[in-house]
Amino acid sequence: MNEGGGRGDGGARDDFFSEAQELVDGLGRDLLMLDEMLKKGHVEPEIINDVFRGVHTLKGLSGLFGATRMAGLSHQLEDVLDELRLGRIDVDAGVLDLLFRAVSLYARILSSEKGEAEDPVHDVEQLLLALGQVSNRRAGEGVGAVAQYELDPGLLGVLTEYEEHRLRANIQQGFALYRIRALFSLATIDTALDAVKANARPHGEIITYLPTGSGGDADSIELEILMASKASLGVLSKAIQTGGVSVEEVQRRAPSHSIHATGLPSPPSDASGTAPSISLHPAHPREAPSLRGGPSSAPAPISDVPGLVASNVPSPATGAKSTRPGSGEMSLRSVSQTVRVDIRKLDRLMTIVGELAIVKTAIAKLTDRARSRFVETREFATELGRLNRSFERHLAQMQNGILEVRMVPLGQAFDKLARIVRQISREHSKEVNLVVTGAETEIDKLIVEELSDPLMHMIRNAIDHGIEARDERLRVGKPVVGTIALNAFQKGNHVVIEVEDDGSGMDPKALTAAAIRRGVVTSDEAKELSQREVFALVFMPGFTTKEVATDLSGRGVGLDIVRTNIAKLGGVVDIMSDVGIGTKMTITLPITLAIINVLLVEIGGNPFAIPLASIEEAIVLDESALRTIELREVLSVRGVSLPVCRLDRLFGFASAEHRRGRSFVVIAQVGDRRMGLIVDELVGQQDIVIKPLGRSLARVRGFAGATELGDQRVALVLDAAALIEEVLIPGETRFFGAADAGRS
Amino acid sequence: MRRILIVEDSGSTRAFVRAVLEAPDFAAPQGGCEVVEASCGFDAMRLLPRDRYDLIITDINMTDINGLELIRFIRRSAHHRQTPLLVISTLRAQQDAERGLALGANVYLPKPFTPEQLRESCAQLLGAPRKASESSGGGSRTP
Repeated sequence: MNEGGGRGDGGARDDFFSEAQELVDGLGRDLLMLDEMLKKGHVEPEIINDVFRGVHTLKGLSGLFGATRMAGLSHQLEDVLDELRLGRIDVDAGVLDLLFRAVSLYARILSSEKGEAEDPVHDVEQLLLALGQVSNRRAGEGVGAVAQYELDPGLLGVLTEYEEHRLRANIQQGFALYRIRALFSLATIDTALDAVKANARPHGEIITYLPTGSGGDADSIELEILMASKASLGVLSKAIQTGGVSVEEVQRRAPSHSIHATGLPSPPSDASGTAPSISLHPAHPREAPSLRGGPSSAPAPISDVPGLVASNVPSPATGAKSTRPGSGEMSLRSVSQTVRVDIRKLDRLMTIVGELAIVKTAIAKLTDRARSRFVETREFATELGRLNRSFERHLAQMQNGILEVRMVPLGQAFDKLARIVRQISREHSKEVNLVVTGAETEIDKLIVEELSDPLMHMIRNAIDHGIEARDERLRVGKPVVGTIALNAFQKGNHVVIEVEDDGSGMDPKALTAAAIRRGVVTSDEAKELSQREVFALVFMPGFTTKEVATDLSGRGVGLDIVRTNIAKLGGVVDIMSDVGIGTKMTITLPITLAIINVLLVEIGGNPFAIPLASIEEAIVLDESALRTIELREVLSVRGVSLPVCRLDRLFGFASAEHRRGRSFVVIAQVGDRRMGLIVDELVGQQDIVIKPLGRSLARVRGFAGATELGDQRVALVLDAAALIEEVLIPGETRFFGAADAGRS
Repeated sequence: MRRILIVEDSGSTRAFVRAVLEAPDFAAPQGGCEVVEASCGFDAMRLLPRDRYDLIITDINMTDINGLELIRFIRRSAHHRQTPLLVISTLRAQQDAERGLALGANVYLPKPFTPEQLRESCAQLLGAPRKASESSGGGSRTP
């Protein structure tokens, strides 16, 4: 391993991809937070440093793993970020745009490193150029006034350049410096320190954390935290004191009229009396608590410093950053195939495996007994049956457990969307607020990945064409800031995702008119359309051309692709809209694609599988309840009429023979649509693994794939969602032709 | 067996260093190498008193305890006062690197580095006679 300059072995390279992906996602989140802060007019320096550190790490990584394009971009980006965090250039929306661009480029570079996409050479060069211009904007930094504080020169020697800059910047703003001292148990320091940070943060900025090297044994450590704050000592003590931590103010030197340029790292020199005091040595020895000193001697005899030392470590507090969004331009799919798994999920699986091992042993014993002839058959059968049930139960648990491992929160996809919202709303100069609920809803990792792009299209559409321009919103009395709500929730075996905007909505009449003009439907057909079907027209391939979209100020490009991609995942998209109020698109998706429970049916002597998740019920067909209404066969079920489809006819088996006896109706429901599928026989339920149909048949709609039934037969798996759409939505005949041709 | 501690917040960088130093071409002449990973300064401070290390490699730009503070801590600690210390940090962080050396780090290796450069620096540092591990650092309780 490790031959060849700069490349690690394969395993390390996989690590590289997943870490790089995480860093890039993190960058996106941080940038969004930064954006938010910028809008509110208060940028916390720490966030810029976080971004810097992310890029810094990315650069190191890409260098090690020979990802030169990425290293190059990171290098330049790091320069800019360094200037930003050191306060040499200001953060503004323009710079932020560049940073966001970098994040999307990172995603593309990663894909290209994996060989999954083109190397975006040109775009990288463009960005590098722009970044170069930013770096040139730098102004000289005002130099700080650290010397006026009683700080141990030793302290200055361990500050990184950035920390030193922050120290200076805070002093320049006239903030006071404080030392916070606390003893931590090494075992719990992370959470305990988070608690201190959480208490301190609202009051100012933590510059650095210094192990004092004293007071601690092997299991504990004393830290001094240097903090700048505009709060008074009293206020700060009150805030931080809680857990048992001491706070004291770093004293200013008495004659502090002179604050001249002094680079912090300059060696401590003895200043002469009249010169600007640049000495870092304590001027008044008695008040010189060394931030880094040995065993803390007497506490500084400063009147208003209460000795706050307590022995308890503060309880952990939430130091976690709120999850925030981020994302890319071309595709939001991440290159990482890694699933991070909660260890408890794996533990549960291990338990089940243990149970299965026991059952296996029991079966082995039973088999031995069976070999000896003295076993009574009945007893034997009972025992075997018991084992079989037990085995089945554990196997089912195992299956569920593994499925669970594949589950990830939808938030993974949502995070990236917030970045898109920002980008697009800036492009269009519209202010848009993204409100997310249900980000914790879990869904199969594969689906999450495939979902990013369709969601991006939908959101782009909502901003492009849904949310009105600022003036228009003012005119109609809506809040200037538009809202896009992204809601996710679980509903039975499905996950529902809604994208809802408070924009202009769509007028059904205008939609129909445009559809007729485009030849998507005839005017006769148009009369038959329900409102839902009218709105669904925007998903038609012929419909979503630019011209029409502009006509209607309606829906833009790409919605037909959205529908196709969602259908590939076994889901459906619905759309509802109210003129002037807004539009809501609803995606309904199965929770997982891996193993599915199906109902096996027979049609024309061939086995077919229908996913149970999309089946409401199966009933015996009562031919007398069938009617034909406007060329469509409709079955009346408990007083409700239900469109039906004779699958034998649809698949071209019909003429083969006229069946005797009962047929069955499988009532399928996907989203809000229902349809009865007429089949010859119900065979039973089974768990199956879906195999794709392969490239040559990939274009045939209506089938999710095929599966082996275990008795050497292969069944096609019906895609209920696509079937329903194909049969119920007019104007499209792709499916029937293709399916007919595909059958023999 | 040589024991090496890598303090670095990037998991892939740690994995990279481990892969390079535990590979036979480097480890065998050293009589075997074991790389122990610490993902932050606190981790390192937890690990250091409990064991002997023949070499400590640390990054500088880390959250909470930065590498400089760690170097200072190490140089003041009982066990690792003289353990060879390699600083890895980006080229641009010259000032930080210089401070690291001033605090007692032995060698500064700018990132990114090739496996060859890493092997070279480590071999150089490990080659130095080791004095500072009278192995009084065992026997501690685990947290």
